[in-house]
Amino acid sequence: MNIVVCVKQVPDTATERKLRSDDKTLDRDAADGVVNELDEYAVEEALKLKEAHGGEVTVLTMGPGKATETIRKALAMGADKAVHLSDDALHGSDALSTSYAMAQVLKKIGFDLVILGSESTDARTGVLAAMLAERLGAAQLTLANKVEVEGTSIRVQRITDYGFDKVEAALPAVVSVVEKINEPRYPSFKGIMAAKKKPVETLAIGDASIDAGQVGLDAAWSEVVDFAAAPPRAAGTIVKDEGDGGANAADFLASKKFI
Amino acid sequence: MSEILVLVEQVEGEVKKVTLELLTLARSLGTPAAVWLGPGITADAKAKLAEYGAEKIYVGGSEELVQYVVAPKAEALAQLVADKSPAAVLVAATAEGKEIAGRLAVKTDSGVITDAVGLGEGFVADQSIFGGGVNVRAKVRRGTPIVAVRPNSTAPAPSAGAGAEEEISVTLSEAAKATRVVERVKQEKGARPELTEAAIVVSGGRGVGSAENFSVIEGLADALGAAVGASRAATDAGWYPHQFQVGQTGKTVSPQLYIAAGISGAIQHRAGMQTAKTIVAINKDPEAPIFELADYGVVGDLHQVVPQLTEEIKNRK
Repeated sequence: MNIVVCVKQVPDTATERKLRSDDKTLDRDAADGVVNELDEYAVEEALKLKEAHGGEVTVLTMGPGKATETIRKALAMGADKAVHLSDDALHGSDALSTSYAMAQVLKKIGFDLVILGSESTDARTGVLAAMLAERLGAAQLTLANKVEVEGTSIRVQRITDYGFDKVEAALPAVVSVVEKINEPRYPSFKGIMAAKKKPVETLAIGDASIDAGQVGLDAAWSEVVDFAAAPPRAAGTIVKDEGDGGANAADFLASKKFI
Repeated sequence: MSEILVLVEQVEGEVKKVTLELLTLARSLGTPAAVWLGPGITADAKAKLAEYGAEKIYVGGSEELVQYVVAPKAEALAQLVADKSPAAVLVAATAEGKEIAGRLAVKTDSGVITDAVGLGEGFVADQSIFGGGVNVRAKVRRGTPIVAVRPNSTAPAPSAGAGAEEEISVTLSEAAKATRVVERVKQEKGARPELTEAAIVVSGGRGVGSAENFSVIEGLADALGAAVGASRAATDAGWYPHQFQVGQTGKTVSPQLYIAAGISGAIQHRAGMQTAKTIVAINKDPEAPIFELADYGVVGDLHQVVPQLTEEIKNRK
């Protein structure tokens, strides 16, 4: 099975994240880049499926040069090779242009199964997997907390507000995973060393038949009008429990008409 | 004024509160038209949609629309967008709502805004990003604005609309039928409201200490008619099911009141609840970052404070 796992480098959520004042895009230099957490679950699931069914796991990322750190991490976990879509023309792409560019690459490299995290910690749109399925004409099996492949059919438990749906389709498919689907492995020393020798193909937009007029900040379907640091919340009342903390909290709730 | 399509969310024929919020919001920006996709619309549901301002109710009653994952609803909406040329399309910013919005955006070559917490003139949306640290105003500039709005962004207010029903026939492509729903498994959550919709959420974290002790959190939630949430520490420990996790890798909630008990307030958690209107924190560590957000905080043992609070609420009712 030919599995492509999409990963994204995102700013570390433990550091202060910013937008750039000049073009209102994510300031990638302001914070350390890390692998988007949910994508690690995607890599793990891809590796487990390969272990069970054979095949190859290709890592795909779109991002600037330093996103190679993220590729190396996924390779160190055990993926076989990587494709890095990197081009200055992609800077400022929104979800529509990102899904377009990634779909172009996926059409070029081919796949039976595309796996990704259900959302990124930076933009948090949660739309990329659905958009990829739409653009690729592949089955959408998203928000999965369990994935089973049998021959050319795939079954997934899709989490819902009321529990989960059991859904099924024929490959090719796009799967997004939620946290707790698995326990992502830590790269071993051997894995880290091996990753350095694994092939990483870097593509510019022309290499994947990506129309420059459909990507980047100028082409984006949506734009940030303006932004500002959230005003700090007004300091609240903090009391120490002297045996009446619950009653005090009830007074507060009553003053706000919650009870 | 031009039409604004509002995709109806419903549970077993009952219109969800978030849809009433979206209709209320749509009234301020144009003429609301509700879109019901799937079988089972009732007279009560139609009356509810009209009561909150739907001038039109488009009904696609085919069973097929709900037998496959996401794609059929996006396809039906895309056909409506082509037929009616609405000024905008509003959906609830639930996981599935956002997926529908995403596919619809691709189909109609339109921009999409997700997790709006407000929407104003020109369909400029307010968003709260980076765990609540930055407020953004964003808008769509290509195609029909598609906006996924978070539950609890607007107070729903009735204002009657005509509620004129129009049946729509949807022709699904084979591609839209790629992923079949084989079975829907409903996990019992009792009578509590749904987490992302609830006006009040009571969440427990590491300080709760065990799965059994979550009954303390549930007790308070039930006294307030609230939903129960949990921090990642609590779901990682297996004390509470993952679907109730509030935070960066879980659900995002925006309730009127959020009570955090035994939760320190790391960014992982804050990213999921920081837009709550009123925040109450109970934690024994006075240095816990959750107190920086709290409108009211009690430094103390939640095992003492929460049961007392629950009793007080019951007594005052």
